[in-house]
Amino acid sequence: MTNGAATARLATRLSLFLLLAPAVLWLSALILIPHMDLALLSFRERIGPRQYSLSVAQYRTFFIEPLYWHIFVRTAVMSLVATALTLLLAFPVAWIIAKVLSGRASSLLFVICLIPFWISETVRTLGWMILLRESGVLPHFLVRLGMTEVPIEMLYHDATILVGLVYTSLLFMVVPLVGSFESLDNSLIEAASDLGASNGAILTKIIIPHAAPGITAGCIVVFMLTLGNYLTPTLLGGKNSQWFTEQIYTQFITRFNWEQGAALGFLLLALSTLLVWAGLKLSGQRFADVMRRA
Amino acid sequence: MNATPVAATHDLEIRSLVKRFGAYTAVDQLSVAVPRGQFFSILGPSGCGKTTLLRMIAGFIAADSGEIEIGGVNMRGVAPNRRPVNMVFQQLALFPMMSVANNVAFGLARRGMARGERQHRAEAMLERVGLGGSGHKRVDEMSGGQRQRVAIARSLVLEPALLLLDEPLGALDLKLREHMKVELKQLQAAFGTTFVYITHDQSEALVLSDQVAVMHQGRFEQVGTPQQLYYAPKTPFVAGFVGNNNPVHGHVLSCDQHTVTLQSASGWTVHGRSIQSLAIGSAATIFIRPEAVVLARSAADLPSAWPAHKATVDSLLFDGANSAVLVTEQNGHTLRLALPQTGAFADLRPGEPLCFAFDPAQAVCFSAAHD
Repeated sequence: MTNGAATARLATRLSLFLLLAPAVLWLSALILIPHMDLALLSFRERIGPRQYSLSVAQYRTFFIEPLYWHIFVRTAVMSLVATALTLLLAFPVAWIIAKVLSGRASSLLFVICLIPFWISETVRTLGWMILLRESGVLPHFLVRLGMTEVPIEMLYHDATILVGLVYTSLLFMVVPLVGSFESLDNSLIEAASDLGASNGAILTKIIIPHAAPGITAGCIVVFMLTLGNYLTPTLLGGKNSQWFTEQIYTQFITRFNWEQGAALGFLLLALSTLLVWAGLKLSGQRFADVMRRA
Repeated sequence: MNATPVAATHDLEIRSLVKRFGAYTAVDQLSVAVPRGQFFSILGPSGCGKTTLLRMIAGFIAADSGEIEIGGVNMRGVAPNRRPVNMVFQQLALFPMMSVANNVAFGLARRGMARGERQHRAEAMLERVGLGGSGHKRVDEMSGGQRQRVAIARSLVLEPALLLLDEPLGALDLKLREHMKVELKQLQAAFGTTFVYITHDQSEALVLSDQVAVMHQGRFEQVGTPQQLYYAPKTPFVAGFVGNNNPVHGHVLSCDQHTVTLQSASGWTVHGRSIQSLAIGSAATIFIRPEAVVLARSAADLPSAWPAHKATVDSLLFDGANSAVLVTEQNGHTLRLALPQTGAFADLRPGEPLCFAFDPAQAVCFSAAHD
């Protein structure tokens, strides 16, 4: 090999390294290193002032203390319900964007779905609070319409949390679904109809199997976002929300028990990964196919 | 789907069908009856309305007015999934999420047939189209020709009164297309199902069909056997569209029951077959088929009964058996003439003089006002 070729190869490697450097720095400094530190933190126990020993006590607490366990199950179930509701709501919207409307009308509807995301989540959630609180807009209207005697408190219910979560997640479901539907050849639908399929059969035999990777991608993204959400359940659910992320927050901020907080954080990561894996197994989807659609 | 009146001898009957898209009339007062068991082709250039017509028969588009009867049953208001017709789509539209066998069994499953029975029938149908044992394969494992057969099997397994085919050979390469033409013809003969086939390829229409309808601007210009369309076109459009033709425009010098004599603007006098009475001096067009012409190096070698014409060779279009020669007739008309591959003209070169003659009875003449 000549000297020139070796130099050229070195230059290629160097430029590749330089291109990747910001991403690698970002990942290691802001994600990898803090996580490693938290992992170490979660595996120690305070046995005296400034005295720590290696232990799994923090993890044991999660399984022994029913409160944590219950809150985790509740968070997971609520997140599943929110994901299912988001899918039900996003499905027709995505279908209309991808197949019913075309050109400008389709883009307009898409933008309408996108616009709420130009505002920060805090402001959007506060908007819901203005609408739903006892002295808010909606209870006031219900009294005006004569449907309730006195203004009712619409905040701090599970349903309110679900409304907020679905609202926050809708776009993340609509985008992969639109992509899936757009790639579906219309002639397949016509062919199915021609062969005698009813609308229900077209939906279950043609559209859903075709869109399955997109549906799974949307569900994973929405489920993870919902499970890890802090703001919406806290603001809309108040003290009743009992969201798992709140427990982590409490450990870190209120109780200064960083060890316990770190352990809960890793448990959330592990359990949610397990749930996603189970979901993929149940739906028979492959992770790589799904992520290509997301 | 079960209503099949005994009296109906036509599997498809269309009366005064109209479809407009805004100001554009895609199908214009069209009527036709297709007898049971026929291979019926609709031949026309793109944009002539043939796809619209097919989609109206399948039920994907509603007609503005007129009636469609399939197997004697009026189809007004009947949804596509309730019509006794099936369609083979241009891009085939096989279901990629299912195996070949499940594609074929799809329609049977929609009719509520038990799993065992429909798998048995699907396998039997695949056997009949020469794909026995391929049922477990995925659609994308099949070749172009095999997919074609799966698409046809998927429709025929439902035993439709009518099979609609929307240019199904358009996506195949030339060699496979020639092969599938023969196969389609054999399949239709074997099943005896009425086929309605739309195409812009005249060779497909002529080779395959019992009857061909030539469609132009939303109307059928002529319906007839391939031979009738070729030898006895009824309109200038059919004469120009079916097969190759050399139109010669001019005014009528004389016209009797058999022969029209025409003189072109540049002074060429041509004789053609009269199919209508034409006034002396009126504008008309004679169509000369390239393959109806006899070529010779000297006028003495031409059939003496036919008028001889002189020309110069412009260029040779060698294409094996379909070779042709472009000549300039001595009055300046450019004509395309078939070059017989007997070897007599193998050494023909551009610039050489050539004589040609044709039977006036083979050159049909239309009044120019007909257009």
